[in-house]
Amino acid sequence: MDIPYTVEIRRDTGLTNGKIGIWLFLASEVMLFGALFASYILIRTGAASWPRGDTILNVPLATINTIVLITSSVTMVMAWASLKRGRFGTFRMYMGGTILLGAVFLVIKFFEYSHKFETGLFPSTNNFLAIYFTLTGLHGIHVMGGMAVNAYFWGPGAKQWKTNPEWFTNRVEHSGLFWHFVDLVWIFLFPTLYLL
Amino acid sequence: MSHPDAVASPGPSVAHEVHHEALGFWRRYVFSTDHKVIGIQYAITGLLFLLFGFTLMMLMRWQLAYPGSALPWLGKILGDTRMPGGTMLPEFYNELGAMHGTIMVFLGVVPLAVGGFGNFVVPLQIGAQDMAFPRLNMASYWFFFLGGVTMLASFLVPGGAAQSGWTSYAPLSVIAGTGQTMWLIGMIFLITSSLLGAINFITTIIQLRAKGLTFMRFPFFVWTQFVTAFLLLMAFPPLEAAAVMQLMDRLAGTSFFLPSGLVVSGQVLNHAGGGNPLLWQHLFWFLAHPEVYVLILPAMGIVAEIIANNTRKPLWGYRSMVYSLVFLGFMSFIVWAHHMFMTGMGTAMAAFFQTTTMIISIPSVVILTALIISLWGGSIRFNTPMLFALSFLPMFGIGGLTGLPLGLNVADIPLHDTYYVIAHFHYVVAPGTIFALFAGIYYWYPKATGRKMNETLGIIHWIGSLICMNVVFMPMFLVGLAGVSRRLYDGGAGYAFAQPVLHLNAVSSWGAWIMALFQIPFIFNFFWSIRKGEKTGQNPWQATTLEWAAPSPPPHGNFATAPEAYRGPYEYSVPGAAKDFSPQFEA
Amino acid sequence: MTTTTGDHAVDIDKHVRIYVSVFVALMALTIITVVISRFHLPVPIAVTVALLVALIKGSLVACYFMHLISEKKLIYAVLALTAAFFVVLLALPVLTVHDGFWLR
Repeated sequence: MDIPYTVEIRRDTGLTNGKIGIWLFLASEVMLFGALFASYILIRTGAASWPRGDTILNVPLATINTIVLITSSVTMVMAWASLKRGRFGTFRMYMGGTILLGAVFLVIKFFEYSHKFETGLFPSTNNFLAIYFTLTGLHGIHVMGGMAVNAYFWGPGAKQWKTNPEWFTNRVEHSGLFWHFVDLVWIFLFPTLYLL
Repeated sequence: MSHPDAVASPGPSVAHEVHHEALGFWRRYVFSTDHKVIGIQYAITGLLFLLFGFTLMMLMRWQLAYPGSALPWLGKILGDTRMPGGTMLPEFYNELGAMHGTIMVFLGVVPLAVGGFGNFVVPLQIGAQDMAFPRLNMASYWFFFLGGVTMLASFLVPGGAAQSGWTSYAPLSVIAGTGQTMWLIGMIFLITSSLLGAINFITTIIQLRAKGLTFMRFPFFVWTQFVTAFLLLMAFPPLEAAAVMQLMDRLAGTSFFLPSGLVVSGQVLNHAGGGNPLLWQHLFWFLAHPEVYVLILPAMGIVAEIIANNTRKPLWGYRSMVYSLVFLGFMSFIVWAHHMFMTGMGTAMAAFFQTTTMIISIPSVVILTALIISLWGGSIRFNTPMLFALSFLPMFGIGGLTGLPLGLNVADIPLHDTYYVIAHFHYVVAPGTIFALFAGIYYWYPKATGRKMNETLGIIHWIGSLICMNVVFMPMFLVGLAGVSRRLYDGGAGYAFAQPVLHLNAVSSWGAWIMALFQIPFIFNFFWSIRKGEKTGQNPWQATTLEWAAPSPPPHGNFATAPEAYRGPYEYSVPGAAKDFSPQFEA
Repeated sequence: MTTTTGDHAVDIDKHVRIYVSVFVALMALTIITVVISRFHLPVPIAVTVALLVALIKGSLVACYFMHLISEKKLIYAVLALTAAFFVVLLALPVLTVHDGFWLR
C-alpha cells in the first residue's frame, strides 16, 4: 500500500507527512524540556541561596561543547544540502562529521561528569546539581538518540539513496531538524546552568 | 432496507491483496501495521484492563462495605502480606486504589477510546487507506503493551504495586516501595505510546483526508480525536519530565520534590532537601487536567455519531460544537490548579484558576445542549447504541454540573478529597465515557466483523448497567457532603461524623457487584456474535459517514477506489431526497 | 509534486552561504555571552541578557538551519500553540507557588 504524501507534498498544506510528523514531535519535546526549565525556575526561586554556575561547573569545557554542537548543526544542514545537490559522497562526509562532533560532545560531557563524581559532587548533593545532571543527562540521551538515527542514515539506511533519493533526502532533513533542536536546547541550557 | 453498494467494487488491487495475503500469521495479526488490526488490539487489551481495574475495585468495595471483615478464601490466595486471615491490610487497600485509578485511566479508557476507536474508525471516516505512519502505529501499541506489562508486574515486587494514589503525590510517593518505581517506568512507556500515537493522528487527519472532505465536513468524531491528539501531544511531556525527576529522587537521591527537614517514621530523612512537593503537583496536573478531556472528548464524538444516525436528522449546531471543542481543548491547559486549591494558594492565582475553570464549563454545556437539541423532531430509533448514547447525556450532565462547586475555590473547601469528588468524576467517566464506549462497540461492531451484536442482550446490558451505575455513585455525593474523605480504607467507619452515612457504602458496593453481573451478557454477546451475530452488509445503520462506504469488514487498504466526500457528514432527511439519508460518499 | 534534486542547485548555493553566515554569528554570540557572564552582573540583569542572547542564537538556528523562515502556515500554527503552552508551563507554577504561603 502506498501512503500518499510520503514523498510528494499535499497541495493545500504544502507539506509531506514526515515534515508535519517531525515538527509535531519537536513540539512535544519543547514541552518536555519546558517542564524541566519550569522546575528549574521553581526550585531556584524557592531556594534560600543558589550558586552561580561558574562556581561549580566547568565553563571553558561547556563553551567548547557549545561550539562543537553548533558546528555539528552546520555539518548536519550541509549533509542535507549535499543530498539536495545530488552529491552523495559529500553527504557522507558531512553526516560523518556530524556524528563525530556528537561523539566529541558526549566525551567532553563524560569528562565533566566523572570529574564531578571524583570530587564528591552528585545529583543528590544539592538541587543545583540535581537539576544540572537531570537537564544535561536528558539532553545527552537526546544527543545519543540523534546520533543513532544519523548513524543509520550514514550507514545501513543509505542504500535508500539508490532506490528513492527524494524520500531519503527528506528523511535526512527530518533527522536534521531533530539534531538542530538538540542544539537549540543546549543553546538555552548552557547559559542557564553554566553562566547564571 | 437494502441499497446498492455506494462504491462499485471491482475488487481490491490484486497486487496488494496477494502481497498482504502472503504475510504470515504473526505479521498479519500480531505485528501488523494495519490500523484496523492495531485498533482491535488496543480495544481488546483496553477492555481486558478495564475488567481488571473493575475487579480491583470490586475487592475494595468489600472492605468499604464491611470494613475489617474477612474473606478467608481470598486471604489464602493473596497471602499474609496483603490479606492476613482474609482481612485486607490498609497498605493493600492503597495498592488497589492507586492501581485501580491508574489502570482504568491509562490502560483502559484511553487505549480503548483513542487507541481502539481512534485507530479503527478515523482512517475509515476520512476515506484513507491507513494511518500516515503505519509502523509508528504498531510501535505505539507495543509501547502501550510494555507499559501495561510493567504496571501488572509491579504487583509482584516486594512491597507490592504503587500505593500513593494514581496521583503519586510527593513526598509519599518518593519514599514508597519498589512498586512506585515500576509505576514511573510504566508511565514513561505509556506516555511514549501516546505521543507517537498523537503524532500519527494529527498528521493522518490533516494529510490523508479524502477529496472534498474539508475540516467542516468532518464527522464530529474525527474532530474530537484531532483535538484529543493535541492534548496528548502537549500535555503528556511535562508528566514524563516529572516522572524522570521522581525517579531521580527515588533512585539517585535528589530532592526535587522533597522539602528540607522531612521526617519519616520519626527520623529526619538524610537528603539535601530544598525541593517542593508542589512542583510534582503542578507537573502532574498540567497533564492530568487535559487528560480528563482526553477521557471525555472521544466519548462525545461517539455519542454525536450515534445520535445523528438514530435521529435521522443532522446534528444541531455542528459549527458551534466544533468551535466549542477547539476552545475547550485550548482552555484545558490553563485550569489545572483547580485540583490544588487546598495547597495554600493565594487569592490572586485562585481567582485566575476559578475563572478559567468556570469559563471551560461553557463549551461542554454547548456541546451537551447541541446533542440534546439534536433529538428534537427526530425519528428516533432506540437500538442498543442509541440507548447507551442517550443515557450518556444526563449522566454526563450530572457529572459536569457536580463539577462546578469543585471548580470554585471556596465551595471546594468542604468538598476537596471527599467522596463528592469521586462521585463527580466517576459520573463523567463511568456512566459517561464508558457508556459512550459501549455505544461505540455496539455501533461499529458490524463494520469490524460484518455481524451485528444481539439486541436483547444489549438492552439487558444497558438497563442493568445504567441502574447499577447510579446505585453505585449517587450515594457517594451524600457520603462526600457528609465529609467522608476519599482513600480511607475503612470508608470513614472510624469517624463519628461519618456514622449516619456509612450504610451508603454498602449500597454502592452491592451496586458494583450487581453491575459486574450485568457485564456478563455483554462479554458473552461480544464473543458469540463474531460467529453467530446477524450478518450485515456495508451500511447496516443507513449511516452517512465515509466508513460505511467500505466493506464490512474492510480489507487491507479499506477502499477499492479512494472515496470522495460530496457533502457534509449528517445529511439525514434531506427534503426531496429519495432516501432518509444522503451519504457523504455518494455523488 | 516531486522536485528533482538538480532544480534547486542555485537555491542551495544561496542557502549554504546563509548557513556559513549564521555559523559565524552563532560563534560570535557564544563568545559574547561567555564574556558578559564574566562581569557577574546582578542576577536579574544577567538572566535577561543571557536569555536575550540565547533567544537570538536559538532564532538563528530555528529560522535558518531548521528553515523555519520559509516554512508553511500549518507548522507556524503548531509552533505558536506550543509557544503559548510553553509560556503557561513556565510561568503559572512559579506564580502560583509564590502567590501562596506554603513551602517557600
